[in-house]
Amino acid sequence: MSATTPDAAQPSFARLPLGLTLNGQERQLEILPWTTLLDLLREQLDLVGTKKGCDHGQCGACTVLLNGKRVNACLTLAVMCDGADLVTVEGLANGEELHPMQRAFIKHDAFQCGYCTPGQICSAVGLANEGRAQTSEQIREGMSGNLCRCGAYNNIRDAIEEALPACMQGVGQGGGQ
Amino acid sequence: MNPFHYSKPDSVQDAVHLAGPASRFIAGGTNLLDLMKENVTRPEHLIDITGLPLREVSETARGGLMIGALVSNADLAWHPLIEQRYPLLSQAILAGASPQLRNMASTGGNLLQRTRCYYFYDASVPCNKREPGSGCPARDGLNRIHAIFGASAQCVATHPSDMCVALAALEAVVHVQGRGGARSIEFADFHRLPGEAPERDNQLADDELITAIELPAAGFADCSHYLKIRDRASYAFALVSVAAALKVVGPIIREARLVLGGVAHKPWRDKAVESWLTGKAPSRETFTAAADTLLQNAEPLEHNAFKVKLARRAIVRALSDAAQGGQPDE
Ligand SMILES: Cc1cc2nc3c(=O)[nH]c(=O)nc-3n(C[C@H](O)[C@H](O)[C@H](O)COP(=O)(O)OP(=O)(O)OC[C@H]3O[C@@H](n4cnc5c(N)ncnc54)[C@H](O)[C@@H]3O)c2cc1C
Ligand code: FES
Ligand code: FES
Repeated sequence: MSATTPDAAQPSFARLPLGLTLNGQERQLEILPWTTLLDLLREQLDLVGTKKGCDHGQCGACTVLLNGKRVNACLTLAVMCDGADLVTVEGLANGEELHPMQRAFIKHDAFQCGYCTPGQICSAVGLANEGRAQTSEQIREGMSGNLCRCGAYNNIRDAIEEALPACMQGVGQGGGQ
Repeated sequence: MNPFHYSKPDSVQDAVHLAGPASRFIAGGTNLLDLMKENVTRPEHLIDITGLPLREVSETARGGLMIGALVSNADLAWHPLIEQRYPLLSQAILAGASPQLRNMASTGGNLLQRTRCYYFYDASVPCNKREPGSGCPARDGLNRIHAIFGASAQCVATHPSDMCVALAALEAVVHVQGRGGARSIEFADFHRLPGEAPERDNQLADDELITAIELPAAGFADCSHYLKIRDRASYAFALVSVAAALKVVGPIIREARLVLGGVAHKPWRDKAVESWLTGKAPSRETFTAAADTLLQNAEPLEHNAFKVKLARRAIVRALSDAAQGGQPDE
């Protein structure tokens, strides 16, 4: 899918410096002001785990963890992330060891086509970091910002319900430090 | 998105001095960037206000709270003082958008979010709000989600915010700062009806920045309820919403606040109905009579007459739930 931001060849607009921690690594980048965080990740950094579903904040496929909080990368300007600690789905695992939320998604078969899955998993880690949801009903409402066109909702909820206690105890908190 | 210049001031003074007709402040970006992607808004200059020191929630000398304009919707809804003293506001915020969006969205930005009218969002069709004088296709077009109160020949759009419906009921005050100085605006006067100038949603000037929202002491924590009716159970804008708050002493209503969302260009408050409720016993009959009186003045369009019926039931339910201590009776 193509970037929704204008052409990079805009002579009168200087590139802006952007310094952030991305999946645990310090990065110094230069970007045009209108680059969204989603386009930066996918088009410039080749981190294509974060998906572009609607590009309008309506589906959650682009969910990432900004300073430990889940946000929609499609409605975030990259330049506004200067100084931030950013974790994408690529940064959740600890080396070869998957994040508990990732393991639970596999165990519960919580996907079909898999397009929404990176956003679902990041959102679920964000939900755990918030520490508000406990019951199955609260998980459902707390995950309402992530649509799944395949309708894998029941398995997604089951996976989160199982992984939530471990995640809330701070095991592998994506970007929450 | 169109190309634009970007600056990030670190004081309110600098921010308002940078502002002009072709610039926009950006906070959470959840509405502004969406509109820029649709070419509905094309600012030449974005002023990033997220570096300003406007993130505090503090107690006021008058027993209320002062909420900085940059407090996120999620932080506000879950703030212990808001949950304890203004549960109506917590409920309204949590009924809106998604957890991701609430993490991003700011208190000030929520007030200034623009209508979700389909024609306003489609830059290829006329819309008086987007392009003054071009016409209003919604008046005789697809107007299922549009206004049943206070519309004009020029515009039938509604204001989409949930938070603002609760803020109207709580009689919040909006504090703003412009190049000429600071002023405060009663919530009821902040947003405007479309009239002859539907391009203006509110009475803020181009150089004015919202710095804080003040809540008065009265939070109606014992008897309030926010009820939102939408096309699906979550993550959708209100077709109709109701903020109901009561002060009940013994068998009698001593004070009532009743504000509707999703039905007008601004949160729709009917003070006559509120005074009528005062002194009555809280009963289903009382609440039904209040709803009927309020809705007498509704002016539905071709496709949204259902909102009148929906609002009637929602008002009765919200007031009943509020009278029972804010617990939904389901
Ligand atoms: C998919 C989706 C669903 C949504 N559902 C709901 C819903 O159900 N209920 C609901 O209430 N809302 C909903 N929203 C809207 C959301 O609440 C608003 O977009 C958000 O509150 C705007 O805040 P922001 O900080 O992101 O504003 P921004 O996008 O940053 O700014 C919005 C406007 O406010 C101006 N602005 C921002 N801060 C200030 C300030 N301090 N002073 C002066 N001007 C300022 C900007 O210039 C801009 O014009 C939804 C949004 C999306 C994308
Ligand atoms: S791509 Fe960001 S919410 Fe759909
Ligand atoms: S698994 Fe296909 S969209 Fe969710």
